[in-house]
Amino acid sequence: MQVNKSLPAVNLPRNEFLSGVKAVLPLMIGVIPFGMIYGILAISAGLPPSTAQAMSAIIFAGSSQFISAQLFALNVPAIINILTVGVVNLRHGLYSASIAPYVQKLPNHWKWVLAYLLTDEAYAVTINHYQRGDNSRNKHWFYLGSGLTLWTTWQISTAAGIFLGTSIPASWSLDFTLALTFIAIVVPALKDRASTGAAVSAGVAAVILFNLPLKLGLLAASLIGIMVGLAIERRS
Amino acid sequence: MITWLTIIIAGVLTYATRLSFIIFYGKIKMPAIVEQTLKFVPPAVMTAIFFPELLLDNGQLYISPGNARLLSGMLAILVAWRTKNVTYTIVIGMLALWIFQLLIN
Repeated sequence: MQVNKSLPAVNLPRNEFLSGVKAVLPLMIGVIPFGMIYGILAISAGLPPSTAQAMSAIIFAGSSQFISAQLFALNVPAIINILTVGVVNLRHGLYSASIAPYVQKLPNHWKWVLAYLLTDEAYAVTINHYQRGDNSRNKHWFYLGSGLTLWTTWQISTAAGIFLGTSIPASWSLDFTLALTFIAIVVPALKDRASTGAAVSAGVAAVILFNLPLKLGLLAASLIGIMVGLAIERRS
Repeated sequence: MITWLTIIIAGVLTYATRLSFIIFYGKIKMPAIVEQTLKFVPPAVMTAIFFPELLLDNGQLYISPGNARLLSGMLAILVAWRTKNVTYTIVIGMLALWIFQLLIN
């Protein structure tokens, strides 16, 4: 095989894409059960299978789909349901801001696709890849690879949950895989006092503020954590 | 009909949130402080999501050796910290939850 020595192999779009797929693959152990739980929950909330599956494609954000399905079951006004999804997904605005500098040179159609694929897991592995020192110019292919892997897995696992309906007992506690997935992403990334301080204070604040309406506690706690991290960094 | 409308509007809202900074970056000048702030986004947001999963039960604080989620979560944090391995963390955390639930009940 002919290898161009001036460019490392990882620079090729295909290799970047495959590295993205590989990077996000371990997280699927958490995503698959979580997607199945969503499917089961949506059906038991009374949503028709087609609507439950469409939510996975249209909203494509696990925790907000959970909450939205529960709100459908409770028959709350549509505006409350929409606002709740909006607030729970506000954190994606933070992800968007964080990833924006790295994708700014891409043509718009790339930005539209990549924005659609901006989930917790794809963001976590991709930002990690962007922040690595090498100057590969095809890192958006890595983002696409991780995002599409997550998208496909999410659609299939929610379909499986919808199909299985209520035949998986709640006592299996498969919803716990969400917390475990986030632990697996966050803990290894806590490399200094500032980021650890940000994480711990956000976590404690989220527990204290949990009962705020519209799940606003999550956003408030995230902002508190970010400010604490910033304050610790300034002092040192 | 109203269900579909709810889902579509919620989806558009979510997509707009994801697209916002990606599409407007460079067109709006971002202060330096914002850029420094962004690196704290992942640890803060994700911890704010999983802490309540471990520490609350039906919205009430539940710190007790009877809280299987708290015990397995702490074990998973330890595994994640020592091994930095996603697979070990999720698999061991889930097995631990089942074992603790069996022991507690």
